[in-house]
Amino acid sequence: MSNEISEAQVRHVAKLSRLKLTDEQINLYTRQLGAILEYIKKLNELDTTGVEPMAHVAPLRNVLRDDIAGTGMGIDKVLQNAPDSDPPFFKVPRVLEDSSGA
Amino acid sequence: MQITQLTAFDLLDQIKKRQLTARDAVEAFLKQIDKHEKTIGALITVLPEYARERADQIDQMLADGRDAGPLAGLPIIIKDNLCTQFAKTTCASKILIDYQPPYNAHVVEQLEKAGAIIIAKANLDEFAMGSSTENSGIKTTRNPWSTDCVPGGSSGGSAAAVAARMAPVSLGTDTGGSIRLPAAFCGISGLKPTYGRVSRYGLVAYGSSLDQIGPLGADARDIALVMNVISGHDARDTTSVPESISPKPDYLTKLDTPLKGLRIGIVKEYQSSDGIDPQIVAAIDQATKLYEQMGAQLVEVSLPHTQYAVACYYLVATAEASSNLARYDGVHFGYRTPNPEDYIDVYSSSRAEGFGDEVKRRIMLGTYALSAGYYDAYYLKALKVRMMIRQDFEKAFEQADIICAPVAPTTAFRVGEKTSDPLTMYLSDIFTISANLAGIPGISIPAGFSRDSLPIGLQLLGNYFDESTILQAAWQYQQHTDFHRQIPAGFIEQ
Amino acid sequence: MSDLNYKVIIGLEIHVQLATQSKLFCACPNRFGDEPNSNVCPVCMGSPGTLPVMNKKAYEFAVRTAMAMNCEIARYTKWDRKSYYYPDLPKNYQISQYDLPLSQNGNIEITVAGEQKKIRIRRIHLEEDAGKLLHEGNVGFSQVDLNRTGTPLMEIVTEPDLSTPEEARVFGTELRTLVRTLGVSEANMQQGQMRLEPNINLVITKDGKQYKTPIAEVKNLGSLRALERACAYEIQRQLADWEKTGVTMETGFKSTRGWDEQTGTTVLQREKEEAEDYRYFPDPDLVPVVVEKDWLDAIRKSLPELPIARRARFQTQFCFSEKDATTLVEDRATADLFEQALSLGAPVKVLCNHFISFWAMHANQRGVSIAELGVSAPRMASLAKLVGDNKINNTTAAALAEKLLTCPDDPADIAQRENLMQVSDASSLEKILDEILIANAKAVEDARTPGKKQQKAFGFILGQVMQKTRGQANPQVVNQLLQKKLAEKN
Ligand SMILES: [Mg+2]
Ligand SMILES: [Zn+2]
Repeated sequence: MSNEISEAQVRHVAKLSRLKLTDEQINLYTRQLGAILEYIKKLNELDTTGVEPMAHVAPLRNVLRDDIAGTGMGIDKVLQNAPDSDPPFFKVPRVLEDSSGA
Repeated sequence: MQITQLTAFDLLDQIKKRQLTARDAVEAFLKQIDKHEKTIGALITVLPEYARERADQIDQMLADGRDAGPLAGLPIIIKDNLCTQFAKTTCASKILIDYQPPYNAHVVEQLEKAGAIIIAKANLDEFAMGSSTENSGIKTTRNPWSTDCVPGGSSGGSAAAVAARMAPVSLGTDTGGSIRLPAAFCGISGLKPTYGRVSRYGLVAYGSSLDQIGPLGADARDIALVMNVISGHDARDTTSVPESISPKPDYLTKLDTPLKGLRIGIVKEYQSSDGIDPQIVAAIDQATKLYEQMGAQLVEVSLPHTQYAVACYYLVATAEASSNLARYDGVHFGYRTPNPEDYIDVYSSSRAEGFGDEVKRRIMLGTYALSAGYYDAYYLKALKVRMMIRQDFEKAFEQADIICAPVAPTTAFRVGEKTSDPLTMYLSDIFTISANLAGIPGISIPAGFSRDSLPIGLQLLGNYFDESTILQAAWQYQQHTDFHRQIPAGFIEQ
Repeated sequence: MSDLNYKVIIGLEIHVQLATQSKLFCACPNRFGDEPNSNVCPVCMGSPGTLPVMNKKAYEFAVRTAMAMNCEIARYTKWDRKSYYYPDLPKNYQISQYDLPLSQNGNIEITVAGEQKKIRIRRIHLEEDAGKLLHEGNVGFSQVDLNRTGTPLMEIVTEPDLSTPEEARVFGTELRTLVRTLGVSEANMQQGQMRLEPNINLVITKDGKQYKTPIAEVKNLGSLRALERACAYEIQRQLADWEKTGVTMETGFKSTRGWDEQTGTTVLQREKEEAEDYRYFPDPDLVPVVVEKDWLDAIRKSLPELPIARRARFQTQFCFSEKDATTLVEDRATADLFEQALSLGAPVKVLCNHFISFWAMHANQRGVSIAELGVSAPRMASLAKLVGDNKINNTTAAALAEKLLTCPDDPADIAQRENLMQVSDASSLEKILDEILIANAKAVEDARTPGKKQQKAFGFILGQVMQKTRGQANPQVVNQLLQKKLAEKN
């Protein structure tokens, strides 16, 4: 079996992805991702030195809008799909007053 | 002829001449849905009341002699990853099972302005990730040509619905072949426009730099009709191409122009592809011969890097997906796990319970490709290979006006046949993926049937913003063949 | 006590909220204090299928600031996604700029205790702000308000060139003045429009050996005072920690700390073993920005006079002290008001005097800037002219100034109406003087006789005139008259 990715790496990636996986799933994904990554290794056959990475298709530049303010869509609509709310707020289990990453 | 067997073009003509009302059209297709949805499973939401109300409004406008738009009274089905304010938009995912968008997608606005009537929302692989529609978190769609087989994916619902004549046309989305593959498997026509041609505003993102919305229908003319309405610049999508760079054409005007002198590229590397069904090779040969007879000129082109397209695609698409799907976290909308331990668990459990296996797998792959220490080796490498693939096409289009290729290596496979091996499934898209990476348009049209009566598709790839030429080539081919007129037995209303 | 000394190393990361009308990537109002979740649309709440469109003004504001800080403006810049999960960030990624920020390598000058110092700016980039989490009361949940989500933030990162808490504060003050002068931000710190995050550590030299303490980042400081205090506290804490544990940058972890205003201490939030994995990658939904020379030139041309230059000019041209010039220039509107009053013909010395004396006092008492007192430049100019033209004296001017705060009239009209005009008319003053001379023969006598009492008597008579005229007599006129009278009778 391929060892392109280890079980520990898969666990780390699951954590980064915020996916709570069972041991069984970790095991399965380790094998499947390993096989896919093995296939992807194919790209290393190509010499890409000096090749510009292609992040966009169309060569568009400077698509900007004027600074004109509209209005919000209304609190009812904002909260319409919220799994839990305390109008006018969204509601989540208490977050430690830690900090965001911004 | 029965209403459900009419092309969109003929149906619109009859409505315009008031030989038929919009309401008649809507009723006929709703009846077809009623009759066949149980076996096919093409649809997630059917909108009978909404459709009837819209039809009556349009009939009233027509009766008053007002202009009700170029698609006035045309029933249409759209893929359920296109946002509608009037109907849930689930992306066939448990995580959005009750999600009601607060706005309409650009294409929905355009369709409705043009008088089209959205009668249902179609099934798909969850978040458009798949090639068979078996990854739907809601239902499995069957191929109307053989209900043991998949319809292809991810726009499997949109393709099966048109094949089963539940609507004359539908909208799908194509990130790696998701319109063209199901069109081929279901024996209909389907176009993936140039990236930037149709606004993505309101299309729930999977791979943002690859996603494109396009029409599916019986023939190229029906597709041109819909393209005339959905394409064009939209300021809400900064990747949408402005008129100044590429003016929007009338896609109908060039259809009847003869092909004399058209240079059709045959891809050298595709001639010797392993694992491609010889019946498909034969059908493509037949098609190119026909093109020659029609006055086209065949030229050999080379796409040396397309063999890397699948590997490249699965890095680019999944990296973007891992980020695009981060927002489904159980906080602001969508599914939330019933008893979270804490706010972190709201994320991890809601996502684990809400997403299906394939979605999780792709999020994991994409996250890995972007993570510290792997970015250069995977993601950046893929972006460079992507550039090489694009350059292949740029060179090829110096020699050819369009490129002729298979859509898939096989005809529709059996339900369950490839579900346990994701990689084999990914390889179904081997002939379609490079068009998404390069951003060029491609159409899939019916080009024959296999021994077991399954449709075979022919793919025509065009240069940037040259949908008109591939539509012309497709339509001209359809003037000399009748594969596109075939309707699977059992779906012809008596 | 062994031979120990240390050097303080402080770098600052500052987030400044830009004063645009709309958010960075959608048209929602960029406004503070509205009802929670009222300035939210599908784009900024990250509704599936939505796409961002960049605000041109925000871009120009950031470029303006970068130019004023002598930064190199990148010709090509792009947008990246920075991934992390937090409930105030609905997409769970922040659109920011990673490897190609819109500007780099600048500097600004600060003056601390008369000494000038250049602080290098590493980079300035744009990004979207997150929303707000509220944790009211001791309940088991938090509330999320997305009004601030997607508002434009400018992130300014300095090199670690600051070496005292005071320098950090002065830098912060300078920056606040600058962004206000440029009109790119109100930089109201109470409203979180400017948030400071110092990175601090020490280089300790002991017995000829050097030790570096682990870097601490103090998050989200909301005032310049807190910045100075937090830095000062960190220096003491790191020194004590090092003396106790000997942990250095090599053996310890970088830490993130919070500031506790009540106790005046920093509190450990987390220690990081490795850098956070933000999985930056180019945002496929936003196309790059390429700045053309014309665009840059237009922005450069629109730059106002910068605080440093203006401050120098206020010192040399208008004779303000360094301190007064600094205070005045700190608020662009106030400095503008001053110059506007000047252009309306106010005598410069009188106007300076009014600004640093009673106008500053009233502003201080009300906790606003002079510009916010509600007294217009024409009225301020008119008041200064009355003094300059000897129509009132400074005592009357101060009294009038107070009236101007509540009464909308022109000071000349008020002075006229309330009879506050200085009496310079010689004939009416002569009449009054004559009366006083008759009533005070002894003083007149003394004033005429050279000697010890002469000066005092002269002053007494003048005082009497002032009393009689309720301070409105023009002292110069009275003086001349009196000298004439005393000489006459001789
Ligand atoms: Mg930042
Ligand atoms: Zn918004």
